[in-house]
Amino acid sequence: MKSCLIVDDSKVIRMVAKKILQDLEFETEEAEDGKAALEACQRRMPEAILLDWNMPVMDGIEFLHKMRDLPGGDQAVVIFCTTENDIEHIQEALEAGADEYIMKPFDSEIVQAKFSQVGLI
Amino acid sequence: MKPEDFDFVAKTVKERSGLVLTKDKAYLLESRLMPLARKRGLNGLEDVVEKLRKKDESLIREVVEAMTTNESFFFRDQKPFEQFENVVLPHLLKARANKKHIRIWCAAASSGQEPYSLGIILKENQSKVQGWKIDIIGTDLSEEIIQKAKAGTYSQFEVQRGLPSKYLVKYFKKKDEMWQIDPSIRGMVEFRVHNLLENVSQLGTFDVVFCRNVLIYFDQDTKAQVLERIAKQMPSDGFLYLGGAETVLGVSDKFKPIPGHRGIYGLAQAPTSAKEI
Ligand SMILES: C[S@@+](CC[C@H](N)C(=O)[O-])C[C@H]1O[C@@H](n2cnc3c(N)ncnc32)[C@H](O)[C@@H]1O
Repeated sequence: MKSCLIVDDSKVIRMVAKKILQDLEFETEEAEDGKAALEACQRRMPEAILLDWNMPVMDGIEFLHKMRDLPGGDQAVVIFCTTENDIEHIQEALEAGADEYIMKPFDSEIVQAKFSQVGLI
Repeated sequence: MKPEDFDFVAKTVKERSGLVLTKDKAYLLESRLMPLARKRGLNGLEDVVEKLRKKDESLIREVVEAMTTNESFFFRDQKPFEQFENVVLPHLLKARANKKHIRIWCAAASSGQEPYSLGIILKENQSKVQGWKIDIIGTDLSEEIIQKAKAGTYSQFEVQRGLPSKYLVKYFKKKDEMWQIDPSIRGMVEFRVHNLLENVSQLGTFDVVFCRNVLIYFDQDTKAQVLERIAKQMPSDGFLYLGGAETVLGVSDKFKPIPGHRGIYGLAQAPTSAKEI
């Protein structure tokens, strides 16, 4: 079973994502901001990270930069999942080292399409 | 809907498009015809059927179009497009080195995601195809869907199914809430209305034919006829792509699977070099 860390400050979003990912047979873990996510990655680096952009304490981009510097951090597949839906944001995320980008609102089809695109399923 | 009316509409749709409507699709027929009746100010399905019986051509066309399933996405199933980029295209670049001309046909192009995905691949391989003429023709039975394909404008949902974000950033512009494909890709594809049940010789011959996710809606005879017609438009070393749930096996002996490349077929009488790419 592959593991996916769901990083989002909204509990509802985390719940929806968790359900979708569990149906896709991922083992999930949750974090409510970048800092908590970084700690989770230090404990155990997940195979995949579904990452929100705007969060209190530490945002998605800052987390991504720091996470990539952790041991094994270059291996994790990072998929942004955020309301930011313009070219500039997507570009910035990809340049920061994200593997894919989901624009909210999302559903199971989009998550499945993106995860299979990056070879996670 | 009365059973005899259903049978009549199903027969008309099958004759015009090949699409098979089994009895369990009666609900689908009704749900798609109701809006059509309303649009035309007709009093329900009975009026629609009556007009169909009187051979109202434009209504017949609308009914047939309404019964098509147009779902499509960019780089659908991924693998076929990887094969196109890594196997078929390099093969053709060698095999057609004299002519420097390749023709590709998307025979059920729907809203254009399939031909545009091929356009993106070619653009990404620009240096290799420099000086080549590569035609991509997208055809579909539905006039309405061909208009959408030509516009090259997609919803946020549509651009998130199959299209890698790096291509979204590179080849699309956001216009209000929609995403518009770049003119450089749009200009690579020519769209036309064409019915697979009709003669295709006016379209010319094609080195690669994508006929994906349409044969599944046809019966065995229609599948065989369509494949036969396609075979006639292909040189002996051409390539045919079918959808994930489609095959030539048991349907037509014109094509043979290409060993090691699932989903791609070559003509049965192809030279061995093409059969074993
Ligand atoms: C499910 S879509 C497939 C789109 C694309 N090839 C793909 O794989 O994503 C099927 C398309 O076939 C078209 N179609 C159905 N019957 C047809 C016919 N007789 N001739 C041409 N197109 C037809 C429909 O209008 C529809 O757009």
